[in-house]
Amino acid sequence: MLPLVLDQVSFSVNGRSIIDRVSMEITEGPRTVIIGHNGAGKSVLMRLCHGLLQPTSGSVAWKGSVNGRRRQAMVFQRPVMLRRSALANIIYGLKLAGTTPRECEMRARDVIDAVGLSDVAERPARVLSGGEQQRLALARAWALGPEVLFLDEPTANLDPGASRDVETLIGQIRAGGTKIVMTTHNLGQAKRLGDEILFLNQGRLVERTPVEQFFTKPASAEADAFIRGELPWN
Amino acid sequence: MSEILAAITEAGRMIARFDSALFDIVFLSLRVSLTAVLLASAIGLPLGAAIAVGRFPGRQALIVILNALMGLPPVVVGLLVYLMLSRAGPLGQFGILFTPAAMIVAQTILIVPIVAALSRQVIEDAWQEYREQLRSLGASQLTSALTLLWDTRFSLVTIVLAGFGRAAAEVGAVMIVGGNIDGVTRVMTTAIALETSKGDLPLALSLGIILITLVLTLNAAAYWVKEAAQRRYG
Repeated sequence: MLPLVLDQVSFSVNGRSIIDRVSMEITEGPRTVIIGHNGAGKSVLMRLCHGLLQPTSGSVAWKGSVNGRRRQAMVFQRPVMLRRSALANIIYGLKLAGTTPRECEMRARDVIDAVGLSDVAERPARVLSGGEQQRLALARAWALGPEVLFLDEPTANLDPGASRDVETLIGQIRAGGTKIVMTTHNLGQAKRLGDEILFLNQGRLVERTPVEQFFTKPASAEADAFIRGELPWN
Repeated sequence: MSEILAAITEAGRMIARFDSALFDIVFLSLRVSLTAVLLASAIGLPLGAAIAVGRFPGRQALIVILNALMGLPPVVVGLLVYLMLSRAGPLGQFGILFTPAAMIVAQTILIVPIVAALSRQVIEDAWQEYREQLRSLGASQLTSALTLLWDTRFSLVTIVLAGFGRAAAEVGAVMIVGGNIDGVTRVMTTAIALETSKGDLPLALSLGIILITLVLTLNAAAYWVKEAAQRRYG
């Protein structure tokens, strides 16, 4: 189903422009990390790609061929867990994707195993720790076998240990062949998890650069200032 | 003063020996109000969920009207139902005026707005939290509404019990459409009104004690259920 093509996409709320004429193509392969200041429009851009928001103007289109239903998923900064067991949360997503009940149970067990939560599978999801909930959210998305997985600041609310677990898990999902698109404001994480950086500034896509190059010699003055601001010791 | 003390003592005796006249009234009360609260929940909960999740013209007006209807004076509801059910009224052919069925109809009308308006509020709050996640998983409006009804179940129990409390405690509607006929449509509240005016204080008092105990017990149970559930499910 990739590439995902954005053509002159703008998004505004009550006349205030949030995303301003962004054109880009998200292709199979490299892990894409979107960075930028708070309010630069990272989360909104992600939601436009995922389809949760409709652009005010311009178009967002999947150009590749789709085999059956379009498989893409998103994990949010704050995981939203339903008031049922951890396992049932995964099954809920599978059911909505049209999976048969028997396969739901099997796939859910496999995935909860893979993310290391089988011990708490029967516990109510909402009483799990923040880190466990985020891994469960990843499991719920992963179970759908997405071709593309959007991650909106997946570790922003987590302590370092839990963040590490989530990063490892993202690596596993990526190894399974899923395209990763994520936002983060943690530049270390962007370096660890990204292959290419999309830099957003005030709703505009300022540059798109491979990760090594971005952190050593960014193409734009804005990105240069951003990196200096965020990493003052550089 | 001694009269009051004597009345209280006699009331205690009547309750203790399960006085049949007394308990017939109590059971009729329970039958009428429980049936009404069941019907009102069957109508009010889906209605609340639909308004919470749906977006349609006139939605805000509907919310304002529902909120206002929570304060419906029971006597007015009684009067309206009376007009509908009386011989000459549009529903006169059913001949249910002055029967428990008429009282159930009146109490149902009285508490549907309470159940609908309060559940709308609770479900809409949950919807704010769940919305993106459910849409991301591909849930339709209907699926979302059902999911939210289930996920807010503990709060909804409290709302349903509030509806029951209102039904069990009102006098005006059941008095008008039931007629307070001894052994047929006499319930706790109408009996208290009548016996007090007749001067039969022990019966009135024992009914009052039972009514208060009932409402108190139910609310304690509701509170306890909600607390326990919240601790267990988060």
